[in-house]
Amino acid sequence: MKKYLRGLAIVGAVTVAVAACGSPPAEDSAAGGANKDFKACMVSDSGGFDDKSFNQTSYAGLQAAVKSKGITEVKAESKSDNDYPTNMTAMVTAKCNVIVSVGFKLEDATDKAAKANPDIKFAIVDSAPVQPITNVKPLGFNTAQASFQAGYLAAAMSTTGKVGTYGGIKIPPVTIFMDGFAEGVRYYNTQKSKSVQVLGWDDAKQSGLFTGDFEDKAKGQNTAQNLITQGADIIFPVAGPAGLGGLQAAKASNGKVNAIWVDTDGCESAAEFCSVLISSVKKGMDVAVQNAIESVVDNKFDNSQFIGTLENGGTALAPFHEFDSKVPAELKTELDQIKADIISGKITIASKAQPKAS
Amino acid sequence: MSNDTVTEPAPAPAPEAPAKKQRGGLPSWAVQGLVSLSAIVLALVVGAILIIVGDDQVKTAMGYFGAAPMDTISAAATAVGEAYKALAVGALGGLDPIAESLTQATPLICGGLAVSLAFRTGLFNIGAQGQLIVGAILAGYVGFAWHLPPVLHLVLAVIAGLIGGAIWGGIVGVLKARTGAHEVIVTIMLNYVAIYLLQWLLTTTAFKRPGREDPISPVVDANAQFPQFGDTRLHLGFILALLAAVFVWWLLNRSTVGFELRAVGANADASRTAGMSVGRAYTIAMVVAGALAGLAGAQQVLGTDLPLTDGVAASVGFDAITVALLGRGTPLGTVLAGLLFGALNAGGLQMQLQTQTPLTLTTVLQAVIVLFVAAPALVRSVVRFLPKERGVGAVLAKGWNG
Repeated sequence: MKKYLRGLAIVGAVTVAVAACGSPPAEDSAAGGANKDFKACMVSDSGGFDDKSFNQTSYAGLQAAVKSKGITEVKAESKSDNDYPTNMTAMVTAKCNVIVSVGFKLEDATDKAAKANPDIKFAIVDSAPVQPITNVKPLGFNTAQASFQAGYLAAAMSTTGKVGTYGGIKIPPVTIFMDGFAEGVRYYNTQKSKSVQVLGWDDAKQSGLFTGDFEDKAKGQNTAQNLITQGADIIFPVAGPAGLGGLQAAKASNGKVNAIWVDTDGCESAAEFCSVLISSVKKGMDVAVQNAIESVVDNKFDNSQFIGTLENGGTALAPFHEFDSKVPAELKTELDQIKADIISGKITIASKAQPKAS
Repeated sequence: MSNDTVTEPAPAPAPEAPAKKQRGGLPSWAVQGLVSLSAIVLALVVGAILIIVGDDQVKTAMGYFGAAPMDTISAAATAVGEAYKALAVGALGGLDPIAESLTQATPLICGGLAVSLAFRTGLFNIGAQGQLIVGAILAGYVGFAWHLPPVLHLVLAVIAGLIGGAIWGGIVGVLKARTGAHEVIVTIMLNYVAIYLLQWLLTTTAFKRPGREDPISPVVDANAQFPQFGDTRLHLGFILALLAAVFVWWLLNRSTVGFELRAVGANADASRTAGMSVGRAYTIAMVVAGALAGLAGAQQVLGTDLPLTDGVAASVGFDAITVALLGRGTPLGTVLAGLLFGALNAGGLQMQLQTQTPLTLTTVLQAVIVLFVAAPALVRSVVRFLPKERGVGAVLAKGWNG
């Protein structure tokens, strides 16, 4: 009996709270741009928009599109995998013109919504429908290309002859970086007849070091410390926020160990670690999302897969910042040559994690 | 038994116990109701403060607070009112929102029951998460790898989920009974084992979806999915959750086994002296608790979350602990607490869509409600007029020293 009352009490409390504060809504302060009625929407995966990683970067792309086109943004964060269908339905109900979903986990919900709503355009980051759908644009990133350069750079800069990498979770968007990195080191070895070792990832066996999540910085630091103890003097953490632990380990070494960051230019997103960052492998999710949204605003949408490459700037090696003077000019030339060779197809990358063109 | 000091962790008199009169005051059920109500109101107040602090328009108005103080107040009232209105409408405003609330509540109820049942036997089952994951793995595997006729397929998939959870919970019960290993430690560790097991399985060809490199399983067969009610996401699993609650009530209050479980939970030493097998009670409780959590896992893969991913359990197994605490260890209480949390989850999604209030606010509301319910003294220190309710807070606190 008392439990029924509690239920009633809950309803009562909510009602009271609403009644007490239910003043009329204030006028929406949406920017009075030219395309104010155009709604660009985004659904995050369970990482949330504050993940300092791909959700956040994709959202930055949405914000950039809002700014440049004067459109209205609607975003929905997912707290669990259960929320994807709900959030997707809500976006359709909200009459969004374009819906961007972030991450492969949203593929099912996106495909379903896209087939049911042919008038709405969709874009999905880091995934692609198995069969192309006319109103879904997949946004893929061949970060193996820039990681290849990073591997070459690391091998050349290493004094111990050992470089280390570790990932967050063993999924293709993570292992693609590690594959490219390992292949870049191998390329350096064959070019220069050296034998620089990669610790933490065996791209032939597809096995290596993983922290198990993207959040635990302490674990990231431990993992990096392990690599350092084994002799690695350059660390390539591919683990989102958990990778920051790796940068802490590098910083604590007082100049003995340095690192290469991923996803964003580390000197901008994690500026406190800039002194140990030789470079970063950028993944241009913001630009890709912005372009996809703008193409819908401009009525130029197509469903062909976007693949970010070195050629179109969808992935790139970031500037060297504080290491600019320490990286030999000769090495810089070689890196540029590698970039040209990858673009021309002279260097082929074997990683199976690379997004396939549809 | 190294661990015989475990005393009744789950507080609360059994629901059918006659409400005992407080001396010269309200009956205890009314007091408890008032404490819960106050806890919810206080939580909404805390949430309101967070909304106000985080609102841009309020911040702007604060800039000229001296000149026009009413602007700040009205901006604050608007922000809070709009957010809570969206929360209430999203949870209860019509058939679809209600269906969504019930859908969200479904796994929470089963998970909460898994924790409640163990509570009543004097065990802290922190492992609902792991039991749920293993249940989801087995239910999911049977769901997508086997191809069977309707009804049979669903029944077998659900049974697989029950078995998966029961094994994972049973390990804990047997270890506790045989070796005295503390269930809190064992369940927490098994949570890690379960999530890493799932992550590993999702890299194997048996679980990976054909044509995809991502760690995501195929969708379970249509025959193995819970039938849904109309166009909503509400599925048959909800009815199963209610049946599970009735079963737990029957088990605890009407069966001989349940009497033993409660006796062991109340006083393990006395039960042993009375000739009951404490080890047997622990094992039974954990097997059944695990099966209940496994059912929650089955509901995730067969009901709403059709493919298996590493996020299949979300935080349901941990939210289940707070649901059980809020429900004070009783089946009916757990169902109501599960419904409240489900409503907050469903409403929270709408609140974020309509007012762009961050989703984490509902997590804060849930946490604060439980905090206040678990600490009636704290509520009473804020809401002075509440009459005294003896014992409950003390029992709750004592339980963790087991």
